[in-house]
Amino acid sequence: MAKAATKSAAPTVARAPALAGRDFSAKGVRLAVLAPAERMALRAPEASLAALSKALGVTLPKAPKTSAGKGARTAMWLGPDEWMVIDEAGGDPLADCAKVKQLHSAVGISHRNVAISVTGPAAAVCLNAGCPQDLSLAAFPVGACSRTILGKSEVVLLRTAEDAFRVECWRSFSDYAFAFLCQAATDAAA
Amino acid sequence: MLLIRCPYCEEERPELEFRNAGEAHVVRSADIAAESDEDFEKFFFIRANPKGITFERWRHVHGCARFFNAVRDTVSDKFFMTYKAGEPKPDLAKIMKSVPAAAPAASDDATEDKPKKPAARRAAAKKGDA
Amino acid sequence: MAATHRIAGQGRLTPAKTLRFTFDGQQMSGIAGDTLASALLANGIHLVGRSFKYHRPRGILSAGAEEPNALVGIERDATRKTPNVRATVQELYDGLNATSQNRWPSLSFDVGAVNNLLSPMFSAGFYYKTFMWPKTAWKNVYEPKIRAAAGLGVAPDQPDSDHYSARYAHCDVLVLGGGAAGIAAALAAAETGACVILADEQAEFGGALRFETGATVDGTDGWSWAQASVAKLAAMDNVRLLARTTAFGYYAQNLIGLAERVTDHLANPDRDLPRERLWQVRARRVVLATGAIERHMVFADNDRPGVMLASAARTYLNHYGVAVGKNIGVYTANDSAYAAAIDLKKAGVDIAAIVDLRDNPAGDLVEEARALGIEINHGRAVIRTGGRLRVSSMTIQPKNGGGERTIPVDALLMSAGWTPSVHLFSQSRGKVAFDEETRRFLPGTYAQDCVSVGACNGTDGLSASVEEAYAAGAKAAKDAGAKAARGTKPKVEASESWSRGMLGAGPGAGPETTVKAFIDFQNDVTAKDIRQAVREGMHSIEHVKRFTTNGMATDQGKTSNMHGLAIAAETLDKPIPQVGLTTFRAPYTPVTFGAIVNHGRGALFDPTRRTAMHGWAEAHGAVFEDVGQWKRAWYFPKAGEDMHAAVNRECVTVRKTAGLFDASTLGKIEVVGPDAAKFMELLYTNPWQKLEPGRCRYGIMLREDGFIYDDGVVGRLAEDRFHVTTTTGGAARVMNHMEDYLQTEFPHLNVWLTSISEQWAVIAVQGPNSRKIIEPLVEGIDLSDAAMPHMSVREGKICGVPTRLFRMSFTGERGFEVNVPADYGQAVWEALWAEGQKHDACAYGTETMHVLRAEKGYIIVGQDTDGTVTCNDAGLDWAVGKKKTDFVGIRGMTRPDLVAKGRKQLVGLKTRDPNVVLEEGAQIVADPKQPIPMKMIGHVTSSYWSDNCGRSIALALVAGGRDLMGQTLYVPMPDRVIEVEVSGTVFFDEKGERLNG
Repeated sequence: MAKAATKSAAPTVARAPALAGRDFSAKGVRLAVLAPAERMALRAPEASLAALSKALGVTLPKAPKTSAGKGARTAMWLGPDEWMVIDEAGGDPLADCAKVKQLHSAVGISHRNVAISVTGPAAAVCLNAGCPQDLSLAAFPVGACSRTILGKSEVVLLRTAEDAFRVECWRSFSDYAFAFLCQAATDAAA
Repeated sequence: MLLIRCPYCEEERPELEFRNAGEAHVVRSADIAAESDEDFEKFFFIRANPKGITFERWRHVHGCARFFNAVRDTVSDKFFMTYKAGEPKPDLAKIMKSVPAAAPAASDDATEDKPKKPAARRAAAKKGDA
Repeated sequence: MAATHRIAGQGRLTPAKTLRFTFDGQQMSGIAGDTLASALLANGIHLVGRSFKYHRPRGILSAGAEEPNALVGIERDATRKTPNVRATVQELYDGLNATSQNRWPSLSFDVGAVNNLLSPMFSAGFYYKTFMWPKTAWKNVYEPKIRAAAGLGVAPDQPDSDHYSARYAHCDVLVLGGGAAGIAAALAAAETGACVILADEQAEFGGALRFETGATVDGTDGWSWAQASVAKLAAMDNVRLLARTTAFGYYAQNLIGLAERVTDHLANPDRDLPRERLWQVRARRVVLATGAIERHMVFADNDRPGVMLASAARTYLNHYGVAVGKNIGVYTANDSAYAAAIDLKKAGVDIAAIVDLRDNPAGDLVEEARALGIEINHGRAVIRTGGRLRVSSMTIQPKNGGGERTIPVDALLMSAGWTPSVHLFSQSRGKVAFDEETRRFLPGTYAQDCVSVGACNGTDGLSASVEEAYAAGAKAAKDAGAKAARGTKPKVEASESWSRGMLGAGPGAGPETTVKAFIDFQNDVTAKDIRQAVREGMHSIEHVKRFTTNGMATDQGKTSNMHGLAIAAETLDKPIPQVGLTTFRAPYTPVTFGAIVNHGRGALFDPTRRTAMHGWAEAHGAVFEDVGQWKRAWYFPKAGEDMHAAVNRECVTVRKTAGLFDASTLGKIEVVGPDAAKFMELLYTNPWQKLEPGRCRYGIMLREDGFIYDDGVVGRLAEDRFHVTTTTGGAARVMNHMEDYLQTEFPHLNVWLTSISEQWAVIAVQGPNSRKIIEPLVEGIDLSDAAMPHMSVREGKICGVPTRLFRMSFTGERGFEVNVPADYGQAVWEALWAEGQKHDACAYGTETMHVLRAEKGYIIVGQDTDGTVTCNDAGLDWAVGKKKTDFVGIRGMTRPDLVAKGRKQLVGLKTRDPNVVLEEGAQIVADPKQPIPMKMIGHVTSSYWSDNCGRSIALALVAGGRDLMGQTLYVPMPDRVIEVEVSGTVFFDEKGERLNG
């Protein structure tokens, strides 16, 4: 596995996350670009899940469209052998998995994605401007997550509360996704 | 916009999340380099393109990202079933029986096109989808 | 102008709320709640437009979405103009500005009306017959003239400044149509707790209760019951009411397209509001309660302004308080027109006479009309009308002939009966069935989870409709999974009878006549045209439709289809079902492009992707080019430099010292797992097993057909981990291609793919000074040639940030590609730029990248290859693992045609005149003196001016090109023939010494 050749001091240059600090409010919906987080794309067969879950401290969910969370760490089922693990408190899921001998693939994607939170009573309506999935609580309950479509881009959606979603998109699509959501939020408020 | 049942996500999802990937159960030879011109032609160029029941591949590209197979009526666009990659080609007669409304147009294709190997090479996924 | 036709005490509008509007520049006033049509009628105006073909004066026919005549242009401002708005749908707002269409110079005097006199020339099918001779006239005369005359209204000439939105929604029960039946169905479904959406195209729910004064439900009049029921629904959390919303399309699996008009009725809409909202609703069950549309009577000159549907006149009276005339005639073949006459008479309007085609009309309504003293002429027909810009008389005659009598009228109401609105049912792929008894098409076989109720299902009478709808609503909710609930079924205590009517032409418009008895008002199709079409061999209704254009106007034949069908059937002497019904297609009524495009305009038309270093490039004057969705820095002009000068400077600078290039857009895929190398062996032509960790290789990917699909440098980070790069444009499809093979052909391999294109920002540092530039910033990596030779990869840190550092080159110079986590891309770039400045390095863009690689003969997949180029064609045979027994494309590349002699091969071209730069795409011939068409033996794929070479350079695909080295070929251009010499593909540093220079 890859490892850094040396340990050295912290970066001497500044990190410039995409859309840092951007937010937008409309009646019933608030959008905010979330702070950078550690993210990992995890792929593994069934036999490795117990060991990986233990190492990560989160039981990797096996049911489609579900997530599991513990503390600042969330593991989202994206496919039958695919999870996205997010750590919002600086923990390093990659390092945690590096110890696991069982078959798996762990790839760092912290910088690949940008997260936008969509909150408020009209959050689901706002997302439904471009997301064709049924986002009712019955079909997409709290904790549900899915890769899907938002307008003309792909996103990963996680429902964090009845009226709150986390939208993960690729970095270069974040401009589009945020602009789309701003329009959608304005309309959702109408 | 169709609704397609993803056999991995175990629910119907909007067509926007999917992409068609052509005919299913087309067998890539294990020794493809030695294949005759005629066999390669059949494998690579010749497709059934039936009016009626078709066996086709889809990818839930903006969902779980898995390829899977589907049985669809090309006349009505109705999906009769979807199943995981690697699962055997379903018996058309059984499908027709279970779905009384199945289109009559389908007949010749599936009977003649028996899988050349059990579990065609587009094929037994043994990894995460157990 | 005074509202001469508004009757005090009639209608439901509040007279105090007056609104001003203009029609063709004339100031008028209406009342809040009016439509443009009702406001015009209140001002005594019927003439609102000219017909499409004959330019005949036309008035308002209906009070709803079926309107064929009253199409106007609405202009809010220069950027918000809408043509072909139905005046019967457009709600009045203060300041509304409407203009009539299809007339010049004015509505009352229209030069185009000469067409009416020339009408023998414009009979059915004239398009197909008239413009045949002389041949050249089609292009020079006919087509331009027809194009100029075609179309109604004027298309907007500026971008629409309104915005539009969209929403996906899901519900248990979607009820389409908000009349009595729709409301009853929605009530029943909502009472179960099911999620219900009720949509109606009108501003207010109520449907036919708008005019049906004879209805009493739950102890109150029908309209009040409807409003109270809607208020009840509005208060329920599980119900969404969509007024002003037209269900225009019924698609697969109960997906319904709805267009909601959000601001068209507002005087000063909040600019945050979308003008329209497109709804795509997926419903578990759909209840169709779309009602029925009244048909007109078919007789001579039935199109004069003032001739209108009876139910429309009743609506204008009972809802809007407007009398459509002061002395009104009625021509009918059914009962419902009597109700109009009765209501008008009671409101104090003179009814000149009722003319009833039936011999012995009977029933309560007939009696009531008689009791009110209205003259009833039964067994008689209206055979023509008089008047020019407004109907002035009707001439009646016994239906089997006899004495004529002309009666003065200023409006003529007509009703031939009601056509069930099966449009959406039919769009759902349901099959309609013809009911012989009532002579109408009704829902027959269902194809989707929907049910029709009320008038659209042929259910007659309010009581039966409500009964049926309520039961259907409850069942739909239950079928959708809701629990049964005990609700209160509305009780219909009184309702009106809508008995049958007639189809086809009435007396005086039969086959023996040549009169203009209109069927399709908007497309000017008459009964005669239908008969002519049949005579000329159109025996299928689909042919008749296209030959005559019946039903092909924007109203899609809502009032005309059944008449046309009946006349065709009569002429063919066949029963109606045998002639068939034309297919109903979406949209039910026209949908704006704005609604269809909705959010996808301007910046949201397509995602614009920018790299982490975009801001720096922008600040340093980069000119960008679009590469797929990406914005890439194309070149960095300094003050006074044009593109040519900038690119020359960048090209020379890179080779002289160094340059920085943003390569972030390259696709990147991390291939991880114990079988990673095996997988790479199968997907690429190259061998990978023996590539040591820390080394890189240029890889080529084929499709199964043996042609080059993609290429890129691949670094092996560890035994089980590869960092694969793809072309920018290929990133997504290469990932898909690899996943396809991995999941379906090689699922036995333990390996996984992850897209890391956007995880890493990539800064290419190229040129003899590249090492000096990166060295001060890199930690933990020995950059010496011995420790890190060309084509190697190391992990370490740069500027304290993790990096995957590639030593590789797409310029032929010593070079590095610095991968850093994307959020650090710009900062690391700036640090490298600062180092670069010390060595006079430049930033360069994609154009310089292209020139430098061409100088070295490196191909660009998609530019020098086009999907029909093999490794051998491109001179890349060396990249194919000779000992391999399988990889994608291994069989395809040995197909007979792919190994045949004479294939196009990639070669270099040097123009005889070094200053001439060839055009990319130009064709190449061996002999420029051969007759045209010449035999083309190849084409130029890449061509540039190279300052480093001091001449132009080009790459080309030429048949048998590698056997033509040194020979002269020719590139014929429009103004001259360019002589070129065939050369190798490497123009600069042929030995490749500079990679370590």
